[in-house]
Amino acid sequence: MRLAAAANEAYAASLAVSELLGCRQCGGARGQDEELGIRIPRPLGHGPSRFIPEKEILQVGSEDAQMHALFADSFAALGRLDNITLVMVFHPQYLESFLKTQHYLLQMDGPLPLHYRHYIGIMAAARHQCSYLVNLHVNDFLHVGGDPKWLNGLENAPQKLQNLGELNKVLAHRPWLITKEHIEGLLKAEEHSWSLAELVHAVVLLTHYHSLASFTFGCGISPEIHCDGGHTFRPPSVSNYCLCDITNGNHSVDEVQINSAGNISVSDSFFEVEALMEKMRQLQACRDEEEASQEEMASRFEMEKRESMFVFSSDDDEVTPTRDVSRHFEDTSYGYKDFSRHGMHVPTFRVQDYCWEDHGYSLVNRLYPDVGQLIDEKFHIAYNLTYNTMAMHKDVDTSMLRRAIWNYIHCMFGIRYDDYDYGEINQLLDRSFKVYIKTVVCTPEKVTKRMYDSFWRQFKHSEKVHVNLLLIEARMQAELLYALRAITRYMT
Amino acid sequence: MEKMSRVTTALSGSALTGRTMHCHLDAPANAISVCRDAAQVVVAGRSIFKIYAIEEEQFVEKLNLRVGRKPSLNLSCADVVWHQMDENLLATAATNGVVVTWNLGRPSRNKQDQLFTEHKRTVNKVCFHPTEAHVLLSGSQDGFMKCFDLRRKDSVSTFSGQSESVRDVQFSIRDYFTFASTFENGNVQLWDIRRPDRCERMFTAHNGPVFCCDWHPEDRGWLATGGRDKMVKVWDMTTHRAKEMHCVQTIASVARVKWRPECRHHLATCSMMVDHNIYVWDVRRPFVPAAMFEEHRDVTTGIAWRHPHDPSFLLSGSKDSTLCQHLFRDASQPVERANPEGLCYGLFGDLAFAAKESLVATESGRKPYGGDRRHPIFFKRKLDPAEPFSGLASSALSVFETELGGGSMSWFVDTAERYALAGRPLAELCDHNAKVARELGRNQVAQTWTMLRIIYCSPGLVPSTNLNHSMGKGSSCGLPLMNSFNLKDMGPGLGSETRLDRSKGDTRSDTVLLDSSATLITNEDNEETEGSDVPADYLLGDVEGEEDELYPLDPEHVHPEEPEYVLPQEAFPLRHEIVDTPSGPEHLQDKADSPHVSGSEADTASLVPVDSSFSLLSVSHALYDNRLPPDFFSVLVRDMLRFYAEQGDVQMAVSVLIVLGERVRKDIDEQTQEHWYTSYIDLLQRFCLWNVSNEVVKLSTSRSISCLNQASTTLHVNCSHCKRPMSSRGWVCDRCHRCASMCAVCHHVVKGLFVWCQGCSHGGHLQHIMKWLEGSSQCPAGCGHLCEYS
Repeated sequence: MRLAAAANEAYAASLAVSELLGCRQCGGARGQDEELGIRIPRPLGHGPSRFIPEKEILQVGSEDAQMHALFADSFAALGRLDNITLVMVFHPQYLESFLKTQHYLLQMDGPLPLHYRHYIGIMAAARHQCSYLVNLHVNDFLHVGGDPKWLNGLENAPQKLQNLGELNKVLAHRPWLITKEHIEGLLKAEEHSWSLAELVHAVVLLTHYHSLASFTFGCGISPEIHCDGGHTFRPPSVSNYCLCDITNGNHSVDEVQINSAGNISVSDSFFEVEALMEKMRQLQACRDEEEASQEEMASRFEMEKRESMFVFSSDDDEVTPTRDVSRHFEDTSYGYKDFSRHGMHVPTFRVQDYCWEDHGYSLVNRLYPDVGQLIDEKFHIAYNLTYNTMAMHKDVDTSMLRRAIWNYIHCMFGIRYDDYDYGEINQLLDRSFKVYIKTVVCTPEKVTKRMYDSFWRQFKHSEKVHVNLLLIEARMQAELLYALRAITRYMT
Repeated sequence: MEKMSRVTTALSGSALTGRTMHCHLDAPANAISVCRDAAQVVVAGRSIFKIYAIEEEQFVEKLNLRVGRKPSLNLSCADVVWHQMDENLLATAATNGVVVTWNLGRPSRNKQDQLFTEHKRTVNKVCFHPTEAHVLLSGSQDGFMKCFDLRRKDSVSTFSGQSESVRDVQFSIRDYFTFASTFENGNVQLWDIRRPDRCERMFTAHNGPVFCCDWHPEDRGWLATGGRDKMVKVWDMTTHRAKEMHCVQTIASVARVKWRPECRHHLATCSMMVDHNIYVWDVRRPFVPAAMFEEHRDVTTGIAWRHPHDPSFLLSGSKDSTLCQHLFRDASQPVERANPEGLCYGLFGDLAFAAKESLVATESGRKPYGGDRRHPIFFKRKLDPAEPFSGLASSALSVFETELGGGSMSWFVDTAERYALAGRPLAELCDHNAKVARELGRNQVAQTWTMLRIIYCSPGLVPSTNLNHSMGKGSSCGLPLMNSFNLKDMGPGLGSETRLDRSKGDTRSDTVLLDSSATLITNEDNEETEGSDVPADYLLGDVEGEEDELYPLDPEHVHPEEPEYVLPQEAFPLRHEIVDTPSGPEHLQDKADSPHVSGSEADTASLVPVDSSFSLLSVSHALYDNRLPPDFFSVLVRDMLRFYAEQGDVQMAVSVLIVLGERVRKDIDEQTQEHWYTSYIDLLQRFCLWNVSNEVVKLSTSRSISCLNQASTTLHVNCSHCKRPMSSRGWVCDRCHRCASMCAVCHHVVKGLFVWCQGCSHGGHLQHIMKWLEGSSQCPAGCGHLCEYS
């Protein structure tokens, strides 16, 4: 079975996504051995997400008025209702803002031409080998009149876009290394130079797609039916395998129940929630009393930062970049590296000195009007979104938990909040959760269903999607902060 | 300025003295505050906390409050404030949420007094009560404000803003119990210190965070707020609802605002990002800052007036690690650099012009434009004694009426409409445009076009129509006097030059042209001189008898690197006429590939302008045709374009630019071209010549111009059923949930080009309808209408 699937896979690869005519034609081409000469593509996988059972996800047609409007908007803007939308609709309030921003970035007035925007999206998604997003945007790219030759690799794109490759690489994996020299290199490159406005647009697009790639992997978004890997022409009886298992996961369905950390029974996991809530209550209560010393606080941050590098998952199977995605970026070896490795001493980024609300917003809005506002809204909604529920409990103030998640992600990027006690993170986020966060944010291509299942096992899927929203927004903000700070430094 | 110095001296007690100066700090500053005696300033930042004495000539470090071996976050200050009653009392707000008070009177090295750790998030602002010695107020990121009594260990009361982070808190100077707080969500709240349960008043002041506020020192109830939306607003709080009195629009988000002492309408601002300057605004004049301090190299983070009754000293701290004292008299005043003149055209061509009275007075003797019908009306504004810009306030307004028909621009419209800019061979374009210009009575322009044709098209290119009646005149004319004069002037110099290294041919010809063009500048009708260059230069070569070496450049090989734009010498086939090819450059490209017509045939044609009065130009063109590359004239053409543009005939400049395309473009810098294009397009649009203007935009080679057509290409459509605008997408209506535009042929929604019959209003995809109507003349919808597609 695996072999057959691999062969199919190889075939799909040879039939590059750049082929405009897509599946129907490929079906036609291969159809000679079929009796009718027509092959009907069938969806692979099980609904929009591989991680979330299809029945948990809202069915199109059963949505309420607000969601319906959102679907209509999404459909109108993109001409499709993609799986990302179908999963995000767990949180319609956020989805609305997300779609509005994405639509503005890709289709409304902006300094970059349309095909550049999609190409940058492809570049960004390709850094994480996110074939889902790459496929979507390859289609869009060709649709808006992009040159198919560019898709053969970054070296075939204009020099101007090639120059962006370096920034893309650093931004995706080690944003703290961005310096004003990077910016200067892009802005002063003779006839290939970027203007500041274009650069800000590009940076926003890059960060948007880096984090969207995180979401795609984090929620196990299935390929779209019209894209490679999203369909099969086999009769339904045969197709009980999932292509995605091969491309990405190293898990099988029966593995799901086994927890990586050990064998914790379901009743244990029930206590997980209780324990978490108890901890939150304790923290809330004792906060005012116990006062940690300054050194203590500082070391807690450092510890968390250092520790975050060890929380990598134990299954480090080498995921080889699949099919044609790899051609969009050169250096595959350049991945996420932790701070303290290689003796790198990166000064901690103090959010009190450069924060999104005060500085980042002003800069973006100045150079790319309205977008600052849109992103700001999106951050706000993501950060403040709550239904006051936790698993089976209602009326819970989750702000502490959300803040811990948000700050943990920023901590991984070296961003420190002076007014936060990083000890809280350790109390609230257990190891399997940290592994998941870390993987989704830093190396999303390595997320497996097992990781998804093993954290917060009593929590609802919608809550896990909620976590993902926090992850991607925090990641986007972190990348943006580094990039914008470099631009600010360049400007002064 | 004199007024100010008087104020300075009028201060009670010792008058402040000093100069504009700055000193380097070790680290970026976040905030500064001044001591009551105006002789000391405290600077606080993430890694700095020092007190400086302000001396006559310099800042002197007096005290470093950052003591202790280990840097503590308690010392990482977001804000600092010095008590205005007690010289020994300071308070800082730390980024980790701690409020610290400092007592300078303590004998030990560590002056830290009290520590309040009640806030959970960064404290953004601390503020002492202006008259009460022990009351301190703080506002924090966690959304709470706390009031501390320094005699107690905890806060006295906590105020919950019930919304997002508090960015600023300020005690009212006039009302003992009132303070204002500003929030990240754009709200401003007014509180009574005795009532912590709810705020007295709340209103939305800005879009986005309100970073700062300041109570007016004298006017009770005036509050200035500054926000991320780049505005400074002044509110009157005495009325029932907070009333916006003034609004100043700055260029960046406003980080701090401080009223200027003794100047009722002045306030100083600095910004959070991008802009490093400090501005002092007169709120009644919201568009131009009254003064500007440009000393800092990075964003200014703290500003403070040095003394509450002295308007001339401003202190500032910045992220660039400097502390500055600015003197108001050293400020740059943008007003002085601004042009206080206004000019506007009325609906019927009247022109109004306003300027400083003094300016107009000196010019009154001059005869105004437009003839004798001048009606200057002088307005004198009543001077407000408090008005600071009395010098500028008196202005004169003159209105000029246009003579009937005098200012008529019909020639412009005609020319614009009739000019051909592309789609035909260069020679034809030139001839056509020359004809148009001549018919409109613009002989100079017509002549220029003719000459351009001569320069850029070799003789063989004369269209047959022209040949017919110019044949006879032939190359018989001798040189007129003018030419010989030129020759005399330039002969000797050039003669010697030719003996120099031959390879310098290019530069030499440049000098020739410069000389000759210099002579024509004085000439009003420059076509004669311009025209004469050609024969004169040629003649020179003739005299020397070595013209082939003199001008060794073969026209065919001028631009070997860009062959597609070079017009081959005899490239244009004369036989067949070219009808309307889509656009210039493409066309030229085609032509370049076409087989060449033999040169001998070209030689037989002589280039004679149609207008016989200028027939002298025809001098022996046949003789020089192989020797002078079009490049040779580019300098001249460039000067010519400049000349036209400066004369105000930007139409000519742009038209020539488009027609000649690649040939001249490289000689004129991008910016100038862009400038010409934009002015021409602007003119065309004013005359509602949309088509022409679009053509120009399309033909322009400048990137910034051609992208004009790419911007705001949105088309708004209304639903055909409910007439509602379809805001979010073009083909399905939000309200009635119906697809508005279905194709009558394929019955699918049309998302792109939609074509419909104006008779029966059925339509669909452009392709489908075209195809349908090829086979049938009836409407595809079956309504029986006989549709036409043209």
